[in-house]
Amino acid sequence: MILVWLIAIPIVGGLAAWTAGKAHEQASKWVALFTMVAEFALAVLLWVRYYQAATTSEAGVWLIQWAVPWIPAYGISVRLALDGMSLLLVVLTAFVGLLSVAVSWSGITRRVPFYFFNLLWILGGVVGVFLALDLFLFYVFWEMMLIPMYFLVGIWGHENRVYAAIKFFIFTQASGLLMLLAILGLAFAYDAQTGTFSFNYADLLEAQVSGAYGMWLMLGFFVAFAVKLPAFPFHPWLADAHTEAPTAGSVILAGLMLKTGAYGLIRFVVPLFPEAAVTFAPWAMTLGVIGILYGAVLALGQRDLKRLVAYTSVSHLGFVLMGIFAFNELALQGALLEMICHGLSTPALFIVVGILQEHLHTRDMERMGGLWASVPRMGGIAMFFAVASLGLPGLGNFIGEFFVLVGTFRVNAPAAVLGSLGLVGAAIYSLWIIQRAFHGEPRERWTLPDLNVRGMLVFAPMVVVLVWLGVYPQPVLQTTATTLRGIRDAVTGTVQYDPLNHRAVLPAEEAAVDTVAGEEGR
Amino acid sequence: MNLGAILPHMILAAAAVLVLLALAIRRNHATAFALTALGFGVAFASLWLIGEQAPHLMQRLLVVDLFSLFVSGLVMLAGLGVAFLAYHYLAIRNENREEFYAMLLIAVLGAVVLAGANHFVTLFLGVEVLSVALYVMISYLHDNPRSLEAGIKYVVLAGASSAFLLFGLALIYTDSGTMDFTVLASRLELAHLPGLYVLVGLALVVAGVGFKLAVAPFHMWAADVYEGAPAPVTALIATVSKSAVVAVLVRFFVTIEGYRYGTVVLAMMILAVLSMLIGNLLALLQGNVKRILAYSSIAHLGYLLVGFLAGGQRGIEGVLVYLVAYTITTLGAFGVIGLLSGPTGERIELTDYRGLFWERPWVAAAFTAMLLSLAGIPLTAGFVGKFFVLTAGVGAAQWVPVIALVVGSALGIFYYTRIIATMFARGEGVTAAGTGEMPITGGLALTILTLALFAIGMYPTPLLNIVRTMVLYIP
Repeated sequence: MILVWLIAIPIVGGLAAWTAGKAHEQASKWVALFTMVAEFALAVLLWVRYYQAATTSEAGVWLIQWAVPWIPAYGISVRLALDGMSLLLVVLTAFVGLLSVAVSWSGITRRVPFYFFNLLWILGGVVGVFLALDLFLFYVFWEMMLIPMYFLVGIWGHENRVYAAIKFFIFTQASGLLMLLAILGLAFAYDAQTGTFSFNYADLLEAQVSGAYGMWLMLGFFVAFAVKLPAFPFHPWLADAHTEAPTAGSVILAGLMLKTGAYGLIRFVVPLFPEAAVTFAPWAMTLGVIGILYGAVLALGQRDLKRLVAYTSVSHLGFVLMGIFAFNELALQGALLEMICHGLSTPALFIVVGILQEHLHTRDMERMGGLWASVPRMGGIAMFFAVASLGLPGLGNFIGEFFVLVGTFRVNAPAAVLGSLGLVGAAIYSLWIIQRAFHGEPRERWTLPDLNVRGMLVFAPMVVVLVWLGVYPQPVLQTTATTLRGIRDAVTGTVQYDPLNHRAVLPAEEAAVDTVAGEEGR
Repeated sequence: MNLGAILPHMILAAAAVLVLLALAIRRNHATAFALTALGFGVAFASLWLIGEQAPHLMQRLLVVDLFSLFVSGLVMLAGLGVAFLAYHYLAIRNENREEFYAMLLIAVLGAVVLAGANHFVTLFLGVEVLSVALYVMISYLHDNPRSLEAGIKYVVLAGASSAFLLFGLALIYTDSGTMDFTVLASRLELAHLPGLYVLVGLALVVAGVGFKLAVAPFHMWAADVYEGAPAPVTALIATVSKSAVVAVLVRFFVTIEGYRYGTVVLAMMILAVLSMLIGNLLALLQGNVKRILAYSSIAHLGYLLVGFLAGGQRGIEGVLVYLVAYTITTLGAFGVIGLLSGPTGERIELTDYRGLFWERPWVAAAFTAMLLSLAGIPLTAGFVGKFFVLTAGVGAAQWVPVIALVVGSALGIFYYTRIIATMFARGEGVTAAGTGEMPITGGLALTILTLALFAIGMYPTPLLNIVRTMVLYIP
């Protein structure tokens, strides 16, 4: 039941914020803030409560489960479940949600109640995506987070908002339909084998889909998640949506929406279609490498600061894609850590850009320059997150990318080598942001206020968490270890539901290597 | 002869006569409306009375089974919805209002006949009763040239399509010597291979039915007629007329086991795929909301045919769920257009909708819900319908129409969201007609439709259970 609360709090909070806003515009902010504080408190409470259980439980065992029938005739139920990975992502969602409410505090002046309604419903949808374990329900949440995001971009966005919103919607919706088709194909495959129609994740894991049919189904899922991720060549929506979205929209897009794609790959694509995933892995890794390099190159070509930050996501999520399809625990751990750290550092950069735009009314880096002199605090903050993004050792992003590269190197050395070039690109564009926007001669006489205490307070938790994860990532690794081990086992064949017993895909020494992540913390 | 079985037909016919009698005594809009609503209500209630004796065959002409009762109920409720939506629309216009309701009742009567048709005679009778009523209603605004033009177009094309249909039926009769669906089925069964006459006849029937359903390539009339007809009448054409024709198509095809004829199935598949693609592509180009919805409804009939093509229990189930969802949504969408119209014209240009959400939030919210449902977004009835149709298609491995459905839906997102984006645009005052108060009747209908849309979207199990029992009763 607690899982229902996790979803219900933002949903009800959204309705309450809308209603409260009718009485008094300011009230909706407070309702939204209160809602997200409650959500965050609940999420953290769950993490503390289930931390032990998550680290010690067996693979494939859920920490909490909840289910009621929904459309029994088609084997559809409302089935929610939580394991270490979803727990961590729910905590991230609540945190980023809180952040997005905070950054909307004074920037949003039009249609405030409806704004907070949309914001909270996106968050409710994202939490639902992370918790749903019935594929029909998953699809419902998957779509449910799109509509309010469409409104958020389309109503409160910048100049080109309608174009960006519709583009975002078409990309995600079209790919989502392919996933729905694949879900149905999978359900019918299970029906053909067992005679029962079901959308339950646990049931569908048993479905034996192989050969070309399995490959097509896997691709249906993959495309939907690759669009969200976004992986090359499905990324064209991203830059427009991120750039045109209001700051909170960019924060949620970068911090959470992209993560739902990675989550889907880990939770559904690999375990449901291990055989197809293994066959497809070289291609997926290639797409990951292309994403890493191409994203970096695109970022280097931008004058628009927000667009630049948007393209860095393509690059960083390329690492995640590469890590997932390396199928070893180290790379998976790295991918998950990268998801979390990217979910903190990139939103922070978007917030900085948002503040700059609010005062300068431009995002053009050619017109900035020399801002450090007038806003030293903001410069420092931007500096911190820029170096976090470039993967400075000692901060979380470094650990994530490093793990991914090490893990990938064991299975696909060329991909790892090429991928590591992305770090060079990251160094260039990250430092370039600082150099072009904050250093040098001021090109125009900007006068803008520096961050006040409230502004600094918004960034403080992200700084703390990134340093924490850079120095001591063990709590995160521990929480997700069981889940990720289960994913790895799904592919390498130590768990009973794996159909690939005789296909040794990964080197035998893999098992020994995988304990590294666990030992580090002991 | 048990006349009880055609109680709903008689009630509807009586109501139409009553409306005409009442206006002969004294013209009163409210009386006509009340009689109509009462007629629909009583006829709907009578479905339960005759439901007890279902299945029942009425002189081999009409069959009363759960399937026909279900479709009858659907078209009656849709007719009631149209009456509610039309009340205000007519009230603010300088026309003779009362005859409209008589025509509405007659149109629904034709649809109810079609729902139970088990014989060529009743099939044709139903089609004609429905069409003749529609001729009048489409050109009801007699001082509006567009309405008249639409009426004439519909007369000519519907007449031509009826001729096709009739000729097709005649050819089938020539070969088989029967007009009864059930007897025809057994004769065809004996013949093994269908004769040339039957095949040509079936092709002509498909063409005739295709016109009525406005599936591509028989869709030419749809956009002009939808645009020119008064908005409530457009809603009627798009829902009642199509539901009834789909019902008779399903019954005919299932009874004669049309799925055996590969050519016919292939032809239907081509119609479905063409409708989905052409409907959606043409809708992209429109700047007029009524025309967008017209082309979108062409596409929607294509989606529906995906379930029809899949056949079997799941397929027919999908078709029925889709019909319900489509009826609710389409009524709502055209209802909104009708409610927003002023005494002199309708709000049909896309630009008329700019900023509507900030001006009239509830109407715009309802319209948004309808459009999202048409686009097939989860938690709306439209998604449920699309899901079941898609499920049936995937289950029957009908990959070509299924892929067309996905492509079509993706295209559809663009024009639906374009309307939504326009409504949510930071609006500067809307200048078009009809910025008045929300009428009670229309508001009530719209509220109920929106609630039904979400209720079915969120919890389709009750509807699905009803539909399941219906499907079992198809011969």
